[in-house]
Amino acid sequence: MEWPLWEVFIRSKQGLDHKHVGSLHAVDAQMAMENARDVYTRRREGVSIWVVESKYIHASNPDEQESFFDPADDKAYRHPTFYEVPDSITHI
Amino acid sequence: MMQTPDPQLLFDLKVAEEQRIEPKDWMPEPYRRTLIRQISQHAHSEIVGMLPEGNWITRAPSLRRKAVLLAKVQDEAGHGLYLYSAAETLGVSREQMIADLHSGKAKYSSIFNYPTLSWADMGAIGWLVDGAAIMNQVPLCRTSYGPYARAMVRICKEESFHQRQGYEIMMTLAKGSQEQKAMAQDALNRWWWPVLMMFGPKDDESPNTAQSMQWKIKRFSNDELRQKFVDATVPQAEYLDLTIPDPDLKWNEARGHYDFGAINWEEFWEVVKGNGPCNRQRLEARQKAHAEGEWVREAAMAYAKKRVMSYEL
Repeated sequence: MEWPLWEVFIRSKQGLDHKHVGSLHAVDAQMAMENARDVYTRRREGVSIWVVESKYIHASNPDEQESFFDPADDKAYRHPTFYEVPDSITHI
Repeated sequence: MMQTPDPQLLFDLKVAEEQRIEPKDWMPEPYRRTLIRQISQHAHSEIVGMLPEGNWITRAPSLRRKAVLLAKVQDEAGHGLYLYSAAETLGVSREQMIADLHSGKAKYSSIFNYPTLSWADMGAIGWLVDGAAIMNQVPLCRTSYGPYARAMVRICKEESFHQRQGYEIMMTLAKGSQEQKAMAQDALNRWWWPVLMMFGPKDDESPNTAQSMQWKIKRFSNDELRQKFVDATVPQAEYLDLTIPDPDLKWNEARGHYDFGAINWEEFWEVVKGNGPCNRQRLEARQKAHAEGEWVREAAMAYAKKRVMSYEL
């Protein structure tokens, strides 16, 4: 039987988010962590690693992308450029 | 009523606009199949590519060279894993890909079916084989399938060390004793033509190229990349004071490129068909490693299950 698939996320340095880098196979979290270190950080690419078994990731459906993200489309007033402020006014 | 856009049109538009295709996006089946074939073939090449160099790890001439070669071979394992992981996002399992490699159904780069006869071959492989690989791989960083492009970015960052360490070995040999220089020349003689074959058949004999370029999987044709490689490599050979084994090699002022002699395509197809000097040896080594690792894979799985059970108690 094939070993389970894990997704790997790496924080490249303190202050940055963990970012998805790829996947690997491992029997458990500990092995996934050690394999992630060997596969994805051979040149100090990370200071922290998250691994999560791929089957636990729920992803939005690209076929419904338009309708799913639709609620954000018509709300320009959420952006600062929506508001008129005279040029003479600064620090705003 | 909302109209459902034609998925094929949407796909074509994304590719035309240089957007990346991501794993769950709709894609034409032939696009998916082409990618699975190309990415898995690429992954297999990294994995089989460890064998010719692994041959010299225990016999490297110094501790420094040994540590470097070991790191290079480890990188190749890593590159194979990045690529298998990218291919798996297309819905093919790792097990299936490995089975296809071991049954001979899947191909890998024909270059790894040549033997590594002397230490100088470690220099020639790094300099030429990795040099040719870089020519191929740099444009793949912009390939249209997202996970493949991202894997290639990571690979390209690491590949440059491979080529430079190879050139350094060649420099050391070329500046050494008569015998050492002769070793370097012999390695160049044996690797030059197989390396030119790495770029694949001539454009007019490469039926998949046009479609792959339309899908933006491929950005340059085989002949374009081969020419770029020759142009880049000739001055490097001149610096080493080594002779490229091609009497027809000559700068063509009008074209602004080097002209080079005819490639022996018969040899290429023989090696692809499995009749190269080391095809059998390479496949047997892979099959043996996989078979002998079976108990380890099973034991690790059993141990993990047992540990989960003990948590649950």
